[in-house]
Amino acid sequence: MIRVLLIAIVLALVGLLLGVPLYVVFHEAFASGWGAYVSALGDGDTRTALLLSAIVIALVVPLNTVFGVAAAYVTTRFAFPGKRFLAALIDLPLTVSPVVAGLVFVLLFGTHGLFGDFLERHEIKIIFALPGIVIATAFVTFPLVARELAPAMEAQSADQEEAALLLGASGWTTFWRVTLPRVRGALAYGVVLCTARALGEFGAVSVVSGHIRGSTNTLPLHIEVLYNDYAFAAAFAVSSLLVGVTFINLVARGIWK
Amino acid sequence: MTAAAHVERKMLPGFRVTMGFTLLYLLLIVIVPLSALFGKAQALKFGELVQALTSPRVLAAFRLSVGASIVAASIDAVAGLLIAWVLVRYTFFGKRIIEALIDIPLALPTAVAGIALTTAYSENGVLGRHLAAHGIAVAFTPLGVTMALVFVGLPFAVRAVQPVLADVEIELEEAATSLGATRWQTFRRVTFPLILPAIVSGAAQAFARAVGEYGSVVFISGNMPMKTEIVPLLIVTKLEQYDYAGATALAAAMLLLSLGLLILLHRLQGAIQVGGRT
Repeated sequence: MIRVLLIAIVLALVGLLLGVPLYVVFHEAFASGWGAYVSALGDGDTRTALLLSAIVIALVVPLNTVFGVAAAYVTTRFAFPGKRFLAALIDLPLTVSPVVAGLVFVLLFGTHGLFGDFLERHEIKIIFALPGIVIATAFVTFPLVARELAPAMEAQSADQEEAALLLGASGWTTFWRVTLPRVRGALAYGVVLCTARALGEFGAVSVVSGHIRGSTNTLPLHIEVLYNDYAFAAAFAVSSLLVGVTFINLVARGIWK
Repeated sequence: MTAAAHVERKMLPGFRVTMGFTLLYLLLIVIVPLSALFGKAQALKFGELVQALTSPRVLAAFRLSVGASIVAASIDAVAGLLIAWVLVRYTFFGKRIIEALIDIPLALPTAVAGIALTTAYSENGVLGRHLAAHGIAVAFTPLGVTMALVFVGLPFAVRAVQPVLADVEIELEEAATSLGATRWQTFRRVTFPLILPAIVSGAAQAFARAVGEYGSVVFISGNMPMKTEIVPLLIVTKLEQYDYAGATALAAAMLLLSLGLLILLHRLQGAIQVGGRT
């Protein structure tokens, strides 16, 4: 009896708290029909936003992946003083408010920032431009790959790597042939997670982007613009694309984790 | 780690290159930018700092951000415990779907969550309609802010408790039952103390996420100064008004809070691991 009651409560809770928002996205996206949906996605500003988001991902994800592999390797394969402190520092960006993350880069590279004069003299634009968006996104998604990889590498003993080295493999070969293949699931999920989060980042990017329509608006910022313009169907149509990415992320989690 | 393992591990190559890259990237992306924030905050005069942090509007924003986050984290802790319990102890139809849905708030872009929640809780929305019939307004009120924060924090509360609950030895509960304890007594005296650190850790994670949250909240809050304005939004507003000193002071305060929470979370993690081993 208690069992049925508890299951019913949980189904209701999850349905109301988590299911309803998803339902709303698709319901509103198609509220004006398929034609409106397709034209909202084909709109020029939407396509520019999509392109910008793709560029940001293409730059951020490889950087954070290389970092994630290096950080997971060094923190799980070696003992050194300050290791726990290093692990805590790597996690730090996850607890920083996205708005604060955006602000620190404005304070560094903005017109009134630390390097503001220097950048202005050399006509380099970081804030309200692509580089700022990329750095802020890199900050908020910084530890994601490392956090997925580290437990997986920790679970694998170093025996096989040592065997490969004893048999004469070079360090690089050992890394590519032994270390990485054994954690490929965690690596794959880390990359998917990092991509999804980079694509969806809103707060930090919103602070550094300057909201220049058709120029520095990523997909989430474009959704905000549409919503604030009362173009609800279009806002939810673009949102449904990102929900699709969310589903891919969850499926990847199911496969690899 | 034994001495032998230590020596063997030293054999692995790549320490310098991976450590070098890790530190360099950490320095460039995280340490230097965050230090710049504290540098800027320190450059402010003490009077400016106090003034920036104690204006009525700022205090109201802090009260809302911290208050709504505490309420939301508490709701998440209770809901998270229930959900974790049902997922660990029972099998039922649709369990895998529930299991997958739990992570939605982590994976869904915050702006999408924000507009979806606002629409759902608005006066004509799927949920708001029924609440409005009872005279409860959610969208554009502190309650709306809280509901958005409940949404973003829920997965932390579930995922913190789930593995620890799965590790609780059924034998312990059976022993309690065989000694004559009722179900409720067994839960309160045996199971609950074992999973309490995990519940607290999950709630703390939910709080940490909630207090800095921006995207899911800005749409549903309506952003009325003194009423529904959260601290992250106030930072953005100050920035847009070129009040760099005010924005910096607020951001530094938020960052200190994050650092404190990070230390607390690492301590809690230690407590859970120790508790799990005994």
